[in-house]
Amino acid sequence: MNTVTVKGMSKRGFVFALAGLAVAALLGYGGWRMWGGPSAEDAVVNIPPAARRLTKLQYTNVVSDIFGPDVRPGGRMEPDLRQEHLIAIGASKTSITASGLEQYDAAARGIAQQVLGQEDYRAQVMPCEPKSETAADPDCASTFLSRAGTLLYRRPLTSQELEQFTQIASKAATETGDFYGGLQLALSTLMISGPFLFIVDNVDQQSDGEPRLDSYSIASRLSFFLWNSVPDAELLRAAEAGELHTQKGVEGQVDRMLESPKLRQGMRAFFSDMLELDLFDTLTKDAAIYPAFSFDVARDAREQTLRTLVNLLIDRDGDYRDIFTAKETFLNRVLASAYGIPVPTDALLDGNGWFRYEFPSDSEHSGILTQIGFVSAHSHPGRTSPTLRGKAVRELLMCQSVPDPPAGVDFTLIQDTKNPEFKTARDRLDAHNSVPSCAGCHKIMDPMGLALEAFDGVARHRTTENGAVIDTSGELDGVAFKNAAELGQAMRQNAAAATCLVNRLYSYSLGRTPGPQERPFLTDAKQRFVEDGYRLRGLLRAIATSKAFLSVKPAPNSDTIVANADIH
Amino acid sequence: MSVTNRLATRRRFLQGMLQGTAITVGLPFLECFLNGNGTALAATGKELPVCFGTWFWGCGLNPGRWEPKTVGANYDIHDELEPLAAFRDRMNVFSGLRLFADGKPFNPHGSGAIAVMTGDVPSAIGTSNYLPSLDNLIADRVGAGRRFRSLEMTATGDPKDCYSYRGGRVVNSAEPSPVAMYERLFGAGFVDPNAADFKPDTKVMLRHSALSAVTEQRQSLMRDLGASDKRRLDEYLTSVRQLEQQLAVQLEKPAPMAACTMPPKITNAKSDGLELESVKTNNQLFAKLAAHALACGQTQVFNVVFTNAISGLRKAGEPSTHHLLTHEESVDEKLGYQKKATWFLGEVISSLAVFLKELDSIREVDGTLLDRTLVYASSEGGLARTHSLENIPVFTIGSANGRVKTGLHVPCSGDSITRVGLTIQQAMGLPVAKWGTDSNETSRPIREIMV
Repeated sequence: MNTVTVKGMSKRGFVFALAGLAVAALLGYGGWRMWGGPSAEDAVVNIPPAARRLTKLQYTNVVSDIFGPDVRPGGRMEPDLRQEHLIAIGASKTSITASGLEQYDAAARGIAQQVLGQEDYRAQVMPCEPKSETAADPDCASTFLSRAGTLLYRRPLTSQELEQFTQIASKAATETGDFYGGLQLALSTLMISGPFLFIVDNVDQQSDGEPRLDSYSIASRLSFFLWNSVPDAELLRAAEAGELHTQKGVEGQVDRMLESPKLRQGMRAFFSDMLELDLFDTLTKDAAIYPAFSFDVARDAREQTLRTLVNLLIDRDGDYRDIFTAKETFLNRVLASAYGIPVPTDALLDGNGWFRYEFPSDSEHSGILTQIGFVSAHSHPGRTSPTLRGKAVRELLMCQSVPDPPAGVDFTLIQDTKNPEFKTARDRLDAHNSVPSCAGCHKIMDPMGLALEAFDGVARHRTTENGAVIDTSGELDGVAFKNAAELGQAMRQNAAAATCLVNRLYSYSLGRTPGPQERPFLTDAKQRFVEDGYRLRGLLRAIATSKAFLSVKPAPNSDTIVANADIH
Repeated sequence: MSVTNRLATRRRFLQGMLQGTAITVGLPFLECFLNGNGTALAATGKELPVCFGTWFWGCGLNPGRWEPKTVGANYDIHDELEPLAAFRDRMNVFSGLRLFADGKPFNPHGSGAIAVMTGDVPSAIGTSNYLPSLDNLIADRVGAGRRFRSLEMTATGDPKDCYSYRGGRVVNSAEPSPVAMYERLFGAGFVDPNAADFKPDTKVMLRHSALSAVTEQRQSLMRDLGASDKRRLDEYLTSVRQLEQQLAVQLEKPAPMAACTMPPKITNAKSDGLELESVKTNNQLFAKLAAHALACGQTQVFNVVFTNAISGLRKAGEPSTHHLLTHEESVDEKLGYQKKATWFLGEVISSLAVFLKELDSIREVDGTLLDRTLVYASSEGGLARTHSLENIPVFTIGSANGRVKTGLHVPCSGDSITRVGLTIQQAMGLPVAKWGTDSNETSRPIREIMV
């Protein structure tokens, strides 16, 4: 059995947490060339330490990675906050409300019960046996809590913390006559404490007195960026050994992490965030207009987009720009039915019911833009919206801002969809755009959205609307297209798409929008991304090993603790 | 004295009790708390606690179709306010109020929703800090001793549809499920204030005690952080203390609340997003839950979202939402307004009446629960068709135990909507002389309704 090697941990237990120790066999991709170390353009940006609330996905991943995939947080969790286009940035801005903490508390108690309340499961996670199951055993409780706490806090517990949580377990065990009940309380309390729920940067000093991120904070930055979860035992070992304070040590760990199967988990999280796939959490469609849409379709549509991206960018180490043109995708029976594609026999399905599918070369289906995961999310419940779709292309995939519509303007030049005079969305928008104050913004959004009009509100292909032929032609920044497939080609050629990925990925990695001082680094990273053939792994490595990513300076007033919050 | 000390005292007391065998605390006979009419008096003989709630909808009302034509008492109710006719004498209508954007980039609907709740038009949505909203300002004042400082609910099915701000970028989320809200209120942690016996739960006591390990990490947690991050973590620690408070309440014998009864258990409530019937069903269920929660002393503050700011309400089988109709439907030449879009407004105001009826259905001392409550009902703008910031519909319903006069129409032509928020805060006892920012700042409460 593998062993967690963090100091003080015993040899037993936490089998699921150890899965990450087994370095994956090299994946079957080719062509990724290793970049050298960070470039001369690396900026030392000296950003103050940050505190990021665990996102919902991170919480789920952490629980799964530490306790095993069978242990699931129950109930609803406080929603993530999306700011500046990313949940990752919102996590750096928000806190935990009273009702949110109730939810974390309920989830934590449920997890503790699942982990420690069942004898068979307990046997897998306990590193020791209590002297009695009906009395306190501080030694055994401490051994468990030291181990669990290290994984949950992403650093060893301080002696004071360990003593406090052990006391919680002992006191509860004594009061209730239940050792494991006491341990459950200590574990669930750990899981609503600040060092678990917030990823907090801690600062120490180099030998020359200069501040730096402490090694465990570096480990967390790396693991949440690349895996969207906690560091594994090897990364914690490297942190403990001080290896993450050297460029070589960081590069070695990053290279290992980029080869791990957990990279898929990490990049699924990034693209979920970048493409706002959380919209599917609450997406509804009118059942009479779109009877084929269902909860299952919504769930699987998100999965289709993520599988498409992970296959192209991670498994095949492909060119990022191909996400706009790829004919290859992955479907299951639910989605095949939704797209109107013949459902394959069981033999063609993988163990989870999915199969690889390639749209014909002359099909208008083209990359992620024509998937349900995009066109359905950016539509109204009962109809399409070229404007919402075009806006999403500009904002999510090109990182361009579209101003809000003006106040005090009458928009009713558009007629309703049943008006016989305006049969297609283009007709209605043409009427709308006769208002000069509207036309400016619609011109930069609508053409892409109109190209996607060949796909209805749930991505079913169509050629007519209300009996009129749909005109899908347009142009994107000077490049003309006739349909959605050619729009995909235009997006592929548009430099803004690659620049956007670099900026979003960097913002995601740090949970903040980059400042002007980081532009040289981003310019350099973009250039190298292009030279490297738009490979995601190379870009990840460039960011994760950069000085920009790991630098820190103390907050100006870090020695001052603000006055205690009002107590209500 | 800080709550920390108070909780410590309470904890020591309970720990002392728990050292021995399980205890049963006998309560005075319930009839002692009923007056001659069978309605409730507080256990102490003092007035029952005042309550405050917000009820929000998006896309306003049509100018000219809701404002009373007469001023003051006995105002006329017509057209779009007709569903509220039964509440006229316990409701105030404020016409002519508006928001000032002061040249800031104004997100139609979104900025208005924030501003009517916080008194501040944010410089940008998504990148600005928000000021605390009215419900939180009041909850921090009056909700301290309750099991829940406040309850946030949305009938839309989306927990992010919530216009309740704690300050900075900390936004409360709303409970979208009446089933979950029922469990939260009346499930395992509920202590019936009228139960004859009371027995503190050892496990609750232990959970309460354990939380000190969390609050004691404050110093080390914040060691290297800047001021804004420290404030965020302090907000989290305030939530930890609220959880402590919630558990402490469960450990104490509650004061009897004679009007408290358990609502019917909600086991199934299917949400279909903003489909109108689904929203109306949720509104009715949340109304019942809120009413029973207030009557049982579980909270004094609630925040209800009926539609999101952009009102994505939709009628089953129709391709256009309420919001889309406000921008796309032609104005009916005969009627003078958009017929389909206005139909939704009728449904909205009828649903407000449904909510109020639930509060009004609980009889208490010489009145109903609605009488000791003050409901702030508002939209985010005026005429939705033009994203107008003028003539925003705002009503208050209930008198907060006589703290405001009711039954009045008060024209406030051209004033900022913040005047209502300032008036409410002062009525609820907050020591505040002005409210709002920039051109929305006001120091003029609406004296016509002040007692």
